[in-house]
Amino acid sequence: MPRTFLDIFGNPLLALGAGIGGVMTVLSLNTLFCIWFERKVSAWIQRRMGPMEVGFHGTLQTVADMIKLLGKQLITPRGVDKPLYHLAPLMVFAPVVAAASLLPFSKTVVLTNINIGLVLIFMFGGFAVIGIFMAGWGSNNKYALLGAMRSIAQNISYEIPLILSALPIVLLISAKGPMYEIEGEMIAINGMNLAHITAVQADTGVWFVLLQPVAMLIFFIAILAETNRAPFDIPEAESELVAGFHTEYSGMRFGLFFFAEYSNMLIGSMLATVLFFGGWDGPILPGPVWFFLKAYLLIFAMMWIRWTFPRLRFDQLMTFCWGALIPLSIVNLLVTAFLIKVL
Amino acid sequence: MNQSAPDTLERASDDETYYLNMGPQHPSMHGVLRLLLHLRGEKILDCEPVIGYAHRAHEKMAENRSYIMFIPNTSRVDYLSGMIYNIGFCQAIEKMVGIEVPARAEVIRVIVCELNRIQSHLLWLGTFMLDLGGVTPFLYCFDDREEILTILDRVTGSRLTYAYGRFGGVTMDVDDVFIEQSRAFLVRLRERFLMYHALIRENVIFQERCRGVGVISEEIALKYGVTGPSLRASGVEYDVRRAEPYGGYERFDFEIPTEKAGDCLARFDVRVREMEQSCRIIEQGLTALPDGPIGPKKLIKKLKPPKGEFYFAVESARGHFGMYILSDGSDTPAKIKLRTPSFSSLSSMPDVLRGTMVADTIAIVGSIDLVIPEIDR
Repeated sequence: MPRTFLDIFGNPLLALGAGIGGVMTVLSLNTLFCIWFERKVSAWIQRRMGPMEVGFHGTLQTVADMIKLLGKQLITPRGVDKPLYHLAPLMVFAPVVAAASLLPFSKTVVLTNINIGLVLIFMFGGFAVIGIFMAGWGSNNKYALLGAMRSIAQNISYEIPLILSALPIVLLISAKGPMYEIEGEMIAINGMNLAHITAVQADTGVWFVLLQPVAMLIFFIAILAETNRAPFDIPEAESELVAGFHTEYSGMRFGLFFFAEYSNMLIGSMLATVLFFGGWDGPILPGPVWFFLKAYLLIFAMMWIRWTFPRLRFDQLMTFCWGALIPLSIVNLLVTAFLIKVL
Repeated sequence: MNQSAPDTLERASDDETYYLNMGPQHPSMHGVLRLLLHLRGEKILDCEPVIGYAHRAHEKMAENRSYIMFIPNTSRVDYLSGMIYNIGFCQAIEKMVGIEVPARAEVIRVIVCELNRIQSHLLWLGTFMLDLGGVTPFLYCFDDREEILTILDRVTGSRLTYAYGRFGGVTMDVDDVFIEQSRAFLVRLRERFLMYHALIRENVIFQERCRGVGVISEEIALKYGVTGPSLRASGVEYDVRRAEPYGGYERFDFEIPTEKAGDCLARFDVRVREMEQSCRIIEQGLTALPDGPIGPKKLIKKLKPPKGEFYFAVESARGHFGMYILSDGSDTPAKIKLRTPSFSSLSSMPDVLRGTMVADTIAIVGSIDLVIPEIDR
């Protein structure tokens, strides 16, 4: 089983520092890359060039944008609820860092190896809603409040199919247990341990997307909704709510929301990679490369969807979740459980 | 205003109502329209359009200048169908005074007006999709629209606010390059229609967002004087080009697309089919373009229409554009009143929006194709 940072560094504080440093580096680079990538993908879809001025094919454009954001004045509108308004960007951003530290990006080394990793990731995902609501409520802005209202309803609803579509994987892993042999080593296998989920897929050579295609689709759709991506970008629907919950944020405070959004995309795609696409499993190339490659392919799919489809209406979104996704994921879960029992 | 709320929706007391000022600065209000929405949750109880943010006093300006000096003003009233307004004003004065228009000028006018109509509809199509959250079609439409602007720019010298019409003709003649460019554009546009159909019309999300949303019934449409594609989408086959033919439209063969449903989808379909009809008109015009002069030998600078009232209407991209001209026999109009279609369309909004959702508001207001400066004039 992979070694954790704690095993490597020995000292918990040292491991914590290295972990946070590593995660922040990856997330920052990811945000810089994703913004550029998104602009290039949209440009490609729309037959434009996209950013071309700063650096080779505009690669440094986001760096320049980030510097501009850092230099901007932080405007605090009159009448905001100060504690909520100031805390909100942090409340949205902090869980992202915590969630990112749980993902097994390589076969040999991981940041943490927790037996309830899957549950923890969903929990950290749930935290973001609180931050969004704090931002919407504290901003003293009507559009922000409407955006926050929508966001709460949407995120809470879509967490259900998200978790329900991940549960069949837990069942599949647990069915292999309680003891499972990986490369000559017997381990007590745990369905909610992300490292185990990857290891079993690599060991059997069957990625769970083959066994659970329906769950994968539901999971991907729910991830789109959880990360507020089009066609589910209703909390910040630009043409309706100006910018939704972060309407009143400027400068780096807005930057943090942006940062969190792209980091959430990465974490969502990585989680989908772990659950359905065998994580670091792949031939020739080293594990982490495969891991990131698969995650970015999913991110590309998310961008593709965003630049192709119009936005759903709020009630249609909820109907889609409660009327289609949740029943479908429950049926899928029951069928999986039944088949595991029978076969 | 709006005392008659439908019975199905009880009026909320004031402390339960959430007032939302949508606009004048809002990404989807197409300029500076302000809608004061009364909300309960996301449901709209009432809506009050507030206009006047782009008032430029064009009608008052008309009283202070001669007839020919008002020509450039007309295209600035509605900058999206500027050509139709521009030429329409000239046609009004021609009919008023009795000036003959050479055949070539008449056909050129029809061609440029229809190009202008397609341009306006393409912009509408793009911004409507933008309102619904689809960014990509917007850029495709602007790409197509750019072609028209380039073609018209070459002939008229301006891209948006034309002053191409003159009493008795047009300012500049078209050449073979114009004809070639227009033909090439029509070929290109027909290919693009197929793509738009696949990308937009067949998209399930788009259909869900539009079907049954914002129904303007025939009754409401007629009550408020809604005209143009929005009226034709409600099942009334009224088009000034057919009802009171002007400028040689009676010689062209084209259909008036109508739909029954009156919802956003019907308005979408009508506009798209109208673009196809405009293509047909342009094609006929290009084929039948006669030789000859493009206007009177000597430019008519001073003219004194006879004393009296006069009304003339043309079909702009948004509907019935009427000009009421009061002449006192001098070379400046005593009064010009412009009847612009967007104003009437907007007036119907409170009745249509009541009971819908905030997201629908954007779709509905987008679908009736408002040009705010044209409302305010």
